[in-house]
Amino acid sequence: MVNNQTKSSDLSAIALEEYRPYLLRYALLQLRDNALAEDAVQETLLAALESRTTFSGKSSAKTWLTGILKHKVLDIFRKQAKEAKQVTLEAELESGAGDFDSLFQPDGHWETWPQAWADPFKNLENKRFWEIFEICAKLMPANTARVFMMREFLGLSAKEICKEMQITATNCWVMLYRARMSLRLCLEQNWFGGKLERR
Amino acid sequence: MLTCNEVSKLVSQSLDRRLNLVEWAGLRMHFLLCEGCRHFRKQMAFIRRACQHYPD
Repeated sequence: MVNNQTKSSDLSAIALEEYRPYLLRYALLQLRDNALAEDAVQETLLAALESRTTFSGKSSAKTWLTGILKHKVLDIFRKQAKEAKQVTLEAELESGAGDFDSLFQPDGHWETWPQAWADPFKNLENKRFWEIFEICAKLMPANTARVFMMREFLGLSAKEICKEMQITATNCWVMLYRARMSLRLCLEQNWFGGKLERR
Repeated sequence: MLTCNEVSKLVSQSLDRRLNLVEWAGLRMHFLLCEGCRHFRKQMAFIRRACQHYPD
């Protein structure tokens, strides 16, 4: 009981406020829209304030808040999927067809062979790496990015994404492929390889 | 024999669905001979791990 009270008071409105910049950055990466991101964060903090007694302290407050935010983001994605005309998505799929074929020779070999990324995991602690990552993520077309965020950040299965976005499994795989290819290429050019001038 | 272009697509799909035996065998055979695709596979795995670490 005493413990619980301590934990609740630890997460006062002021304490929660400290997480706002982090949550905003996370929401912005997902939603790519300032107003939407701010709303999602506001709702997250309000929900956290209302339910802070349920915060067990087993995970960090940041993880707990991120968990709430993910649900808010997914709600927004669902709404967008319902509102968005399916035409937009299909147009995106069509216009992006063959986008990454230029990375390959006609016989299917790599045009430029992927090189080893030296010790990539050490970059996860590097603030600058994440700035580049965020810039690269923004280069993906809107629907492709949404599918990618659902898969890699919100943890939905490909099957669940098909249902939410009302797309076929094949189209889902295609969009995830393009998202990864685009992110990989951008990271290689701007972070790992510095091969920008060669392309 | 799978081409690198086909391999890149299968590697991505292996992160989203269970590949069948033929696909797995094709990938393994290709990786034995192709260093570029081995790098590519590691890069795809890194991207997934990176996304999971974002909140830190």
